[in-house]
Amino acid sequence: MDAKAAFYDVDGTLVKTNVVHVYAYYAMNRGSLLGMAGRTLATAASVPLFAAMDALDRKTFNEFFYRYYAGLSEDRLISVAEDMFEDVLKPALYEQTRDLIDQARRAGCRIVLVTGALDFSMRPLARHLGADDMIANKMQFVGGKATGKVIPPIIEGANKANAIRSYCVREGLSLDQSHGYSDSASDYAMLSVVGRPTAVNPDMRLRAIARAYNWPILDLK
Amino acid sequence: MRPLKTLKKLYDEESQVVITEKGSPPRALFSGENFLLEDLPVGTRVIFPRPPLEGVPNVKAAIRWAINHPEGMEPLHALLRPGMRLTCVIDDISVPLPPMATPDVRQSILEVVLELCADSGVDDIHLIIANALHRRMTEAEMRRMVGQKIHDAFYPDRYYNHDAEDPDGITELERSPCGSHVVAVNRRVAESDLTVYVNVNFVPMNGGHKSMGTGLANYASLRAHHNPKTIRSSESYMEPAKSELYRRNERIGKAIDKHLKVFHIESVLNNRMFGPGTDFLHKREEDYSEGDRLKFHAMRYALSKMPRAAARKVLNAIPAPYDVTGVFAGATEPTHQKILEKSWQQYVVPVQGQSDIVIFPIPFISPYSVNSILNPLLVQVMGLGYFFNLNRGVPLVKKGGVIILTHPAFDEFDPVQHPSYIEFFNRVLPETRDAVKIEQKFEREFAENPSYVHLYRKGNAYHGVHPLYMWYWGENGRQHAGKVIVAGAENNHVPALLGWDRTDTLTEAIEEARGFMGRSASISLLRISPTVMVDVK
Repeated sequence: MDAKAAFYDVDGTLVKTNVVHVYAYYAMNRGSLLGMAGRTLATAASVPLFAAMDALDRKTFNEFFYRYYAGLSEDRLISVAEDMFEDVLKPALYEQTRDLIDQARRAGCRIVLVTGALDFSMRPLARHLGADDMIANKMQFVGGKATGKVIPPIIEGANKANAIRSYCVREGLSLDQSHGYSDSASDYAMLSVVGRPTAVNPDMRLRAIARAYNWPILDLK
Repeated sequence: MRPLKTLKKLYDEESQVVITEKGSPPRALFSGENFLLEDLPVGTRVIFPRPPLEGVPNVKAAIRWAINHPEGMEPLHALLRPGMRLTCVIDDISVPLPPMATPDVRQSILEVVLELCADSGVDDIHLIIANALHRRMTEAEMRRMVGQKIHDAFYPDRYYNHDAEDPDGITELERSPCGSHVVAVNRRVAESDLTVYVNVNFVPMNGGHKSMGTGLANYASLRAHHNPKTIRSSESYMEPAKSELYRRNERIGKAIDKHLKVFHIESVLNNRMFGPGTDFLHKREEDYSEGDRLKFHAMRYALSKMPRAAARKVLNAIPAPYDVTGVFAGATEPTHQKILEKSWQQYVVPVQGQSDIVIFPIPFISPYSVNSILNPLLVQVMGLGYFFNLNRGVPLVKKGGVIILTHPAFDEFDPVQHPSYIEFFNRVLPETRDAVKIEQKFEREFAENPSYVHLYRKGNAYHGVHPLYMWYWGENGRQHAGKVIVAGAENNHVPALLGWDRTDTLTEAIEEARGFMGRSASISLLRISPTVMVDVK
């Protein structure tokens, strides 16, 4: 049997959060106490805007939003990521996430997280789930400080599919035998590129697509 | 209503087989969620089910008598010790069909057993449903099966479905070095001091060694007999002496009996599938009263006007008023032997010789579609798997003959219960219908697909590998028949994917079959359901 992988989108698929929550956490945890309070208010005010932008165009949203990281040190981002995992991601993990991943591992799949979030923010989660690899956005650092720019290509939409395809070629995995899991119609390309796509807690559009193509639909709890 | 004496006279042994004459009434045949009313060619042999046997007058008393006078074992009370660990294993919703009117015989057996356990100081008790790779039963179905009182006392911590994919929930009792022969059972059962198997026997292939060996196993264990080779070597699933499937199950069952202490309580039902209102379906059309005819036409009209989903709901909501015709208990083999005798007594109709063309009317339900949809693969398994095998080793249809199924063959699947069926039907069948190739190329992939495993464990879905088993299950009939025609199919692609011909009507199907087998081809109709089996001489 060919070597295969299971590719998991993270936000909304394995955890009950999305990138907006992650951003909010970072925004609230930088700089001084006074600054933090101000930023918390500003963030709270802009979250609906971000959510709307995210729904409209994930790529523009990501580019826009990662600018807020400019000037933060790499060490700081990594340590906030550890806290964020404990405070935000871990409690938001679906109870059945681990079972799903364990089952894929028993079936001989390599476990790969594919996410539009930044790699350092997802690393603690990947470690916790025992993922073998991660395809995520990478922040550009100059002299140990984040520039606010993401090293292209930004992992979202069709780029997720390209990244998965390249990953399979590079690692000698069968794309046809591999599994893909996502909750959002924005990951339609990622799901189409693998041989065994599955919709997990899908939004309305993805649910309709999954029904049309007879993809299995999982409702993780 | 006719007096009992007249009815008995009508239903003597010979009267189960009727040869159609000029002026014979048209036959009422199941075709999915509705009925066909068909005139058959003169000379067609119509085989009717036997009338239901009389039930035992007091079911609870029969259960008590059986567990106090078991076959080849000590009485149940003598096996109970205070503080012991006991597990009751229960057959799942796949039998009987349709589900029986409450109280289910399983509830009656459990009430007797649990009372006895309480009196003996046994309180570490779990109730496990032996669903193997079938779907998990829903809470409502579980409650209905054992009754409110038992459900409240045990659900969900001590009354649950077997999970064949729980890595910590299975114990391997034996494994051959190459891994082709694995005997695995539910861990709780393996660690129990005593297992009480609560069975309800619907057809002769249920019960016996199959109960423990299949119901509580995992995929690795089931592979030993759920494969095309075994199916091809089985002349009938219903006749143990001619079934390779039974022999392989027996080997596993004997290994289980060597390691574990199992007390079987087997029950057998009659074939009273239809209660007041639809009981005319038990009769031959010759014996229909005016009232019966009126009821039949009214029912047919109403079902035809309903959306299919509604008709399905109505039909699924009618429980069957089966009677318990016997209860036996004790060691696996002697207990099952008694059950088999009762079962044959109810079902078998002797007939002279095979036929060139055989008609099987396919109803709305199968063991794998309770409260769901009879999808195309399940139509296939009903026709070529089950109905073809309703015999004692000699099929009703001649080798190379024609099987005609009456069913709309709609392209409908239930994504909750049968998610992997959808992929199998749309991806595998267009590539190949060869069961051996399918086994080699696709079985592992479907069995291990993490999405299907998840849906089996956490949802109410059949295991990923189940549609492949359904395909293997029809292998026996597929290898034997020269042609399969589905009469009344409402589309072309479903019959084409299954490798069948289609016609709009039964008359056209018979014409096509005669074109294939010759004008003088003999025709038989197995007028099912209720269940009937043939003993072809």
